Amino acid sequence: MSETLETVLRLAGVLVAFLLVPLLVGQVEHKAMAHMQGRVGPMYAGAFHGWAQLVADGVKFVQKEDVVPAAADRMVFKIAPAVALVPYLVAMLVIPIGPGLVGQDLDVGLFFVIAVMGVGVVGSLMGGWSSANKFSLLGGIRVAAQLMAYELPFVLAAASVAMAAGTLSLTGIVEAWNPWWLLWQAIAAVVFFVSGLAEVQRPPFDMPVADAEIVFGPYTEYGGLRFALFILAEYAGIVVLSALTAVLFLGGWRGPFEDQLGWLWTLLKTMAVAFVVIWVRVAYPRLREDQLQRLAWQGLVPLALLQLAITAVGAVMTA
Amino acid sequence: MTAVQVVFVLLSLVAVVSALLVVTTPHLVHSALWLVVTLGAIAGVFLVLAAEFVAWVQVLIYVGAVVVLLLFALMLTRAPTGPQPDLTVRRWAPAAFVALLVAVLLGATLVAGFQDVRLDLDQAVVGSAEVTGETVFRRWVLPFEVLSVLLLAALVGAIVLSRLRSEDGDD
Repeated sequence: MSETLETVLRLAGVLVAFLLVPLLVGQVEHKAMAHMQGRVGPMYAGAFHGWAQLVADGVKFVQKEDVVPAAADRMVFKIAPAVALVPYLVAMLVIPIGPGLVGQDLDVGLFFVIAVMGVGVVGSLMGGWSSANKFSLLGGIRVAAQLMAYELPFVLAAASVAMAAGTLSLTGIVEAWNPWWLLWQAIAAVVFFVSGLAEVQRPPFDMPVADAEIVFGPYTEYGGLRFALFILAEYAGIVVLSALTAVLFLGGWRGPFEDQLGWLWTLLKTMAVAFVVIWVRVAYPRLREDQLQRLAWQGLVPLALLQLAITAVGAVMTA
Repeated sequence: MTAVQVVFVLLSLVAVVSALLVVTTPHLVHSALWLVVTLGAIAGVFLVLAAEFVAWVQVLIYVGAVVVLLLFALMLTRAPTGPQPDLTVRRWAPAAFVALLVAVLLGATLVAGFQDVRLDLDQAVVGSAEVTGETVFRRWVLPFEVLSVLLLAALVGAIVLSRLRSEDGDD
């Protein structure tokens, strides 16, 4: 009985994290972007520095009418946001924030996260196709092209860490982690972060939703709650990417007083990476579609392969 | 029947029914989406059979890459919303015959090869990455290498073919 209770508690914890942390990242984005651009951002909702702005946004989204375009494929159009969002919830299940502090510790956790993250893209494709709108379709095509280009360096960079640690378990990788990995796996960390940014379609890799070119890409026809789900998927994607980067490359819960404060270290590192995600959005202009493809195939893939070679040499020498 | 067997049968039913929908739906893109359901259900079957690593490979490669590639190709070419009655052609009968033949062949091979093998789920070794790696790189290393050469040849061939055409077009 207590085992069932523990499972329920773990699942509830993951669900709460899934509902709260993306909102936290969203609020940080509002405020950090505003200050970087010399303005104050939301100030009124909730009285203190606009902390309740996203809650107000949520209430607004729920009140809106649920519109489905006449020419759209109704069924696919309606389930697309769920397909985009649920994979990130599932991915969060296996990301550890402390020793034993994990929804479900999987032997092949790293593989699981990467496999599941790729599924979310099918949701964007479904939305893009079923809207029966040329901007949506173009956005969908860009989503697919982008995923195919960046999935390879993403997986290769993750494979480098798995090789270094000798395990695919996320907990095992953190336990095998050493501070000098910051240097040894530096290329992999950069490749992983950059291709992860492209995979969750964050600026400067937001060609699929490029508002100056194709309105809002696959999400053009969406409104109300379904639109909010797509946006939530984007922020959940940031959280998963940041947590993964922290766990794989920054040592997760490793740090001073890790026995007592391990979970805090993971959360701090995750939030620091999430802050960089926001920072990059403000700092860099959007790439053009051909620049994006060139960066992936001619820049990140060779770098990832180089890192694999370096990791292999290091692993053999220290073994 | 145990709970695991019930889950297995349910997943198999989902896989078979959605596979039939893949070939019978009059919507081209729906075919690709039903394929996601089929492949996902098969991944579930792998999980029930304790082949954990293979299950997630199935999700990563087939759902995450192959279906995305399919959808990409469909969107680039011809994918209207709404049914396309011309999708079902007269060749469906020979196609069904070939499919039946393949099913019988594969089924017979499986029955002949694994007739006496019983999977004891209580003591089954979970097909982790370690077990899979040991098997592929020790026992089956030669077929593995042959396959990789075949894939490499196909890759080079695809690049050569696409280069030929673009030179004809541009210059």
